[in-house]
Amino acid sequence: MIVADNHLLLAETQKITPPSIEYSSLSPLLIVFAVALVGVLVDAFATRSTRRVIQPILAGAGFVGALVAVAVLHGRHAVLASGAVAIDAPTLFMQGTILVFALLSVLLVAERRLDSSGGAIVASAAVTPGSKGSTAARTSEDVQTEAYPLMVFSVTGMMLFVASNNLLVMFVALEILSLPLYLLAGLARRRRLLSQEAAMKYFLLGAFSSAFFIYGVAFAYGFAGSVEMGKVADAVGTTGKNDIYLYLAVALIGVGLFFKIGAAPFHSWTPDVYQGSPTPVTAFMAAGTKVAAFGALLRVFYVAFGGLRWDWRPVLWGVAILTMVVGAVLALTQRDIKRMLAYSAIAHAGFLLVGVAASNTDGLRGSMFYLVTYGFTTIAAFAVISLVRTGDGEASDLSQWRGLGRTSPLLAGTFSFLLLALAGIPLTSGFTGKFAVFQAAIEGDATPLVIVALVCSAIAAFFYVRVIVLMFFSEPLTEGPVVVTRPTLTFATAGIGAAATLVLGVAPQPLLDLANTAASSGFVR
Amino acid sequence: MNPANYLILAALLFTIGTVGVLVRRNAIVVFMSIELMLNASNLTLVTFSRIHGTLDGQIMAFFVMVVAAAEVVIGLAIILSIFRTRRSASVDDVNLLKY
Repeated sequence: MIVADNHLLLAETQKITPPSIEYSSLSPLLIVFAVALVGVLVDAFATRSTRRVIQPILAGAGFVGALVAVAVLHGRHAVLASGAVAIDAPTLFMQGTILVFALLSVLLVAERRLDSSGGAIVASAAVTPGSKGSTAARTSEDVQTEAYPLMVFSVTGMMLFVASNNLLVMFVALEILSLPLYLLAGLARRRRLLSQEAAMKYFLLGAFSSAFFIYGVAFAYGFAGSVEMGKVADAVGTTGKNDIYLYLAVALIGVGLFFKIGAAPFHSWTPDVYQGSPTPVTAFMAAGTKVAAFGALLRVFYVAFGGLRWDWRPVLWGVAILTMVVGAVLALTQRDIKRMLAYSAIAHAGFLLVGVAASNTDGLRGSMFYLVTYGFTTIAAFAVISLVRTGDGEASDLSQWRGLGRTSPLLAGTFSFLLLALAGIPLTSGFTGKFAVFQAAIEGDATPLVIVALVCSAIAAFFYVRVIVLMFFSEPLTEGPVVVTRPTLTFATAGIGAAATLVLGVAPQPLLDLANTAASSGFVR
Repeated sequence: MNPANYLILAALLFTIGTVGVLVRRNAIVVFMSIELMLNASNLTLVTFSRIHGTLDGQIMAFFVMVVAAAEVVIGLAIILSIFRTRRSASVDDVNLLKY
């Protein structure tokens, strides 16, 4: 390696040429970002009662607009903004998915008829729990409307995360998606202490993992002299693979990404954050963050470090197996329903890693399809959870769900269907998703991994079925939770999610074709 | 001077930061340790910039600084709100969410 002695001289002679940016191809990102900024302005200038109405409409309209832009852009296959952003079929597929999930989550956040006061978001996050004003804040009609712009900013980060073709841009996107989520986790109206605790744990561990990520990026720069994925891939092909910097880069970037997807042994934040956050936010991050993080993971491992496939595959195998086992086994012992779904999310991250480990086109297709199916099901499941309430908020303890099938059969039936989908029973989207992923893994010579995955699915099925048995085959509690019947937005979300779960289970072909087209056109380099 | 020495220094700083996050109890100190890790990354970036003779690494360090600043804003807000509730910033005291 050459040490540049004429360093300063070099700097003087290097003229910085402004990059040419194709704004039209970046329009989905720009629309969402602009909506987030407008949302901040609305929050600053509109009155309390009007912004409660304007904010959700604004956010929803922004997501719809961006979805249209994504649809218009289909077929683009280019690297833009001096190699910073890649717009290709997998990117657009995942951006569209993120936008649909964000749209559903906005409906949940906007729900204000869950109980006598407001929705799930706190009236004022600054009021100290237990203080004089806290009771007033709990029953207040107000709501911290900053939640909407924060959510839209987070969606911007997610969309940039799957599109970034440059590891530094990916790091910035990671922060744009994470920082608003840390705050959103602390905005629950009920159980403020748990919510604050979730925010703090999420923040400290998230910042910890992003420090690993950027350190890995620094080593990738040291190895390749550039952080553009294509150039890193070229360097992997030419410079030889036995470079300690390269291995450090792969390992450290991997830690950062594994944390975000909630893979073991970096999963410990998941149950705490899922349980403590407001349920709409949990739904949003369970679905949206998973798509974004897997999009980034696929791009990093398939594009930048694709030439190193035989070195990272064993590690990915290990992480996938550990993740599936930890998720499935620990979910058995949970008594809180949100916490149980969090461990289920960990297990699903493991199943998705099976698709990533296949490292072929089918793996990419299967993973993308699985992300869509999982997202719809999980958003609907959290929507249903938010409907079952006691005097002090959601009845999240499993024992309170006893006999719910007799008192409210429709809700219990829907929830059972969603749980069966998460377990992967045929005629639900969970089955088709798992089938797509496992089939790809067998073709990619990962049969042992599929066997482990099937065993873990069987273990996981046990705790899903346990909830169903609890709901339908035990006596209802005398003073059990109430199922609220007024919240139309939550009903709509749960209905859409459950319908998508059914449709993708019975007729998955159109979406599979779409994922197939996206996957076979591949990542742009 | 051999630039590789700076890489070793950065690795040491990063390790100190990592150990700090894992063993310290006070949330503010944990947070400071994370900042130390970010700055170790900055030093690595700048050193590689020198080794390669390109300016990219130095510019990247600016990005990391901006991100770190944004993280401080969020982090201190969260830690402060917890402190006002519990009169403590110890990460051992926030133990309601478990099992």
